[in-house]
Amino acid sequence: MTKYRINKTRFVDQTKTVSFTFDGKEYHGFEGDTLASALLSNGIHLVGRSFKYHRPRGIMSCGSEEPNAICQINDNTDLTEPNVRVTEIELYEGLKASSQNCWPSLNFDIGGINNLISPFIPAGFYYKTFMWPKSFWKKIYEPLIRLSAGLGKSPTQPDPDIYDHKHEHCDVLVIGGGISGIISAKIAAKNNLKTILIEDKNILGGSTIYQNNKNFIIDNQKSNKWLMNEISELEKLDNLIIKTRTSLAAFHSYNYLLAKENISDHLPLDKKNCGIRQRLWKIRADKVIVAAGAIERPLIFNNNDRPGILLANSVKKYLDFYGVSSGLNNIIFTNNDSAYETAVSLFEKGISVKIIDIRKKSSSNIVKNAEDLGIKIYWNSTVVNTFGYKKIKSIEIMNLSEDGSNVTGNKHKIQCDCLSISGGWTPMVHMHTQSGGKLDFREIDQVFVPSEKSENHINVGSCNGDFELEEIVKNTNNKVKKFLNINESGFDKISVLCSKELEKKNIWLLPNTISEGKTKSFIDFQNDSTAKDIKLALREGFKSIEHVKRYTTTGMATDQGKLSNMHALGIIADTAGVKMGTLGTTTFRPPFTPLTFGAIVGRSVGKFFDVVRKTSIHEWHVQNNAKFENVGQWKRPWYYPINNENLHEAVQRESKTARDGAGILDASTLGKIDIQGSDASEFLNRVYTNAWSKLGIGKCRYGLMLNEDGMVYDDGVTTRLGENHYLMTTTTGGAANVLSKLEDYLQTEWPELDVYLTSVTDHYSTASICGPNSKKILKKLFPNKDFSDEAFPHMSYQDAIIDKIECRIMRISFTGELSYEINIESKYGKSLWENCIKAGEEYKITPYGTETMHLLRAEKGFIIVGQDTDGTMTPIDLQMDWIVSKKKYDFIGKRSLYRSDTIREDRKQLVGLLTDDPNEILEEGAQIVSELDKKPVEMIGHVTSSYFSPNLNKSIALAVVKGGKKMKGQKLFVPMENKNINVTVSDFIFLDKENKRINA
Amino acid sequence: MFIINCPYCGERDQIEFSCGGEAHIVRPKQPTELSDDEWAEYLFMRKNIKGVQFERWNHAHGCRKWFNMVRDTSNDKIHAVYKMGEKPPVI
Repeated sequence: MTKYRINKTRFVDQTKTVSFTFDGKEYHGFEGDTLASALLSNGIHLVGRSFKYHRPRGIMSCGSEEPNAICQINDNTDLTEPNVRVTEIELYEGLKASSQNCWPSLNFDIGGINNLISPFIPAGFYYKTFMWPKSFWKKIYEPLIRLSAGLGKSPTQPDPDIYDHKHEHCDVLVIGGGISGIISAKIAAKNNLKTILIEDKNILGGSTIYQNNKNFIIDNQKSNKWLMNEISELEKLDNLIIKTRTSLAAFHSYNYLLAKENISDHLPLDKKNCGIRQRLWKIRADKVIVAAGAIERPLIFNNNDRPGILLANSVKKYLDFYGVSSGLNNIIFTNNDSAYETAVSLFEKGISVKIIDIRKKSSSNIVKNAEDLGIKIYWNSTVVNTFGYKKIKSIEIMNLSEDGSNVTGNKHKIQCDCLSISGGWTPMVHMHTQSGGKLDFREIDQVFVPSEKSENHINVGSCNGDFELEEIVKNTNNKVKKFLNINESGFDKISVLCSKELEKKNIWLLPNTISEGKTKSFIDFQNDSTAKDIKLALREGFKSIEHVKRYTTTGMATDQGKLSNMHALGIIADTAGVKMGTLGTTTFRPPFTPLTFGAIVGRSVGKFFDVVRKTSIHEWHVQNNAKFENVGQWKRPWYYPINNENLHEAVQRESKTARDGAGILDASTLGKIDIQGSDASEFLNRVYTNAWSKLGIGKCRYGLMLNEDGMVYDDGVTTRLGENHYLMTTTTGGAANVLSKLEDYLQTEWPELDVYLTSVTDHYSTASICGPNSKKILKKLFPNKDFSDEAFPHMSYQDAIIDKIECRIMRISFTGELSYEINIESKYGKSLWENCIKAGEEYKITPYGTETMHLLRAEKGFIIVGQDTDGTMTPIDLQMDWIVSKKKYDFIGKRSLYRSDTIREDRKQLVGLLTDDPNEILEEGAQIVSELDKKPVEMIGHVTSSYFSPNLNKSIALAVVKGGKKMKGQKLFVPMENKNINVTVSDFIFLDKENKRINA
Repeated sequence: MFIINCPYCGERDQIEFSCGGEAHIVRPKQPTELSDDEWAEYLFMRKNIKGVQFERWNHAHGCRKWFNMVRDTSNDKIHAVYKMGEKPPVI
């Protein structure tokens, strides 16, 4: 045993040694230790440096509230994780921990210079300093700030662990396995309610499980003994699930809760990779009982952050739970009775301890107990300074004035190696407020407590502001019975004896002889914000607590201010002279403790990240070397390179062949909606801008769909298959939204219409064949069909049969070429495609992808909704007036087309752009200006589509330009980083304006 | 995360639904006869109440039916659900 392991407990198995390293040096602890208790047992307090001033910092607490002691674990492995609280990580064989935020080493940290210059880096330093000169930002300030930003190191390799999500339902969920949680769970489970009890530690019992003080007696037994019996009875109950190592992350409305279970974090390295690391439970509970406990408050005084300064109750836990004494020469500094339990426990084990109490007296049993033992108590005193750079060595104390606002008398120096501080307790109201609950401020002991309103959850125990053992047991029993509608429980006749605190005193910022500007009284230890910073923020005019928080970064570190928020509020209230209750708190947001990204995403990684949709022809594309692009969830062939062609080379070849010979495109991904019903034509009249009633059966028509605000929403060709039967196509990405929109109108605005919609996107595969040879290929495929323009004109459709399979042929074109689209049931898609390729071989049929499709349609000036439009373009802006019916009384968006804003002539309008240098290709998204010299430069538009056209042998672009309709022939400029490109506004139809090719 | 009682399917998790904004805004029967201001009233103006609000919801990942819901936006309490075309309840 080491010098500091002074006690044997039932929670740590001292027969089982565990070795671990810290900053490369090997140490030993025991099974049952946390990394924190093992470090302390080796006399190590200094584990990290603070964020801003790089001050040496030590372990301060024993739980999730820990602000200082965070480290990197398993560095240089793919399991590495930064910012792990050493107080929470269970020790395992081979654990490698290293300190963070220090260079070159923890003991000699260059950044420590920040501590010396700290008077020059107050709150808001970054905001104020890095404003000027402006030119310094990019080259000097930003790299410097980035270098010093952040705490640990992110892993560089993919996470090898598996994370899981699981749904769970229960009657009662109890959060917290301390004494009140155990009582609650037992009452619920014994009354046939399916109950889940979650506890973030590895064993149940909270702080009562190691409470062996004689002043706390339940049913004539010490409270720890009594609770152990309760736990062993609890574990026998059938309808109770106990989940340890499981912490609540979020409490959403309707009792929907997220809890993270650690499954392999505590296992030795060689046993970790066997399965799931963490599981995120998504729990829907009928009733929730929050028994989250309370967190001890620090005290705020000069240099209160040295290694060796711990919270008093944490010192007690290290002693009575882990058998480790944090120091051998202890001083306890308190404003309340609870720290006396620590003093008594230390004294009983023969460890030197003295007490400093800001109160004038306390007459409770536990204080009497300490006095009877002969423990020296300095009443009405405060610590004014501490000494010792890497570990506390001594403190200075002074008496408090009558009202506690100042110090009097002489300074008195006391040696020590550990200072335990206790500023009272803060109920963990996070869960309550996350669920929407409100808080009340309790003046007597300066705490926010839940204000009960919800029918679906209650708070019990110290998170409800019940701090005395008797209150905790009795109130928990009564509240739970009432909440669950139970008349009797096994706890009705229980007897509880405990020490009761009568004298209460709280000073948020303890007084000092030196002026505040020269003290370092830390409030937020991790982010290094001090009382001085808070006051500076107030002087500079920040009033809202939310603003002060952000300006000083108080409560914004990885611990989310669990220790600091109340003191920040208290000091603001005191300084501003307002009541804390009226000030309110900052918002408690989930998660309660940081969650790993792994736990959040669960199994939705890699190929499970999103659905991948493939057409039935996909395999052919893969075999033929297609490069794919994602269009929504679809994988679409982008281009088909031959002999190491790059994108540009392949697209030039594909585009040329499609116009000179024949091209074939897999168009299966286009959205397809089957529309039937006696009012189908009327319905189309209302949703499209053009007229549909007179479309003959067997004919196709292009339609443009607007939003009610007049902006273009989607487009596509719709075919009339029968009197009351249409097949609508939509853009690939818009299919689902279009269906939703149409259903919405049908169900809510026009329920009288007899129309039925069915999504058939996946039902049909589509091969689109274009080019002057396309008719010949079709003739080969369908020898019995008459493809003459008279028998089968442009914009019409016919049923056909290929290999005994029915299909539909639409003669429609998105390229401007003679073009046919064959729709066939999906399962025959690949075979149809292969037939087309085979039939087209002699006509040089070339498969082309989306990039070539985009180029071909741009040559023809066809828009792509979502590329050339962005939700602010009307059909008039697109110069598509021809498709907007003047005769129709109404359609979606019609009225908006002549709102004062939509008839403005200086709206951005679609134009073509030609570069003066025909080889210069514009960048899509590039801004367009008309004058280069006038400053500020006015952006009058941007490039939406841009390609080098092999068929025209020059660069072409589509753009939207303010007032562009009237600018034809005008010279404009596209300013790029290194040059200005001269362009001329042109017609946006670059090729075959006369539509000759379509009947070629 | 609410539990929503779809009038067609019963209680389901909120994840199956999508919200369509304020309810009982009727599309004008004769939009062409409206002034710009009147049309804008229909098109843009929404109450966005903190408190009891009548909303349209769609069981998008279920029966795909639209229905109305009365929800208190300040505490997410759902007071009622009712089918399209039915009279709104008095809350």
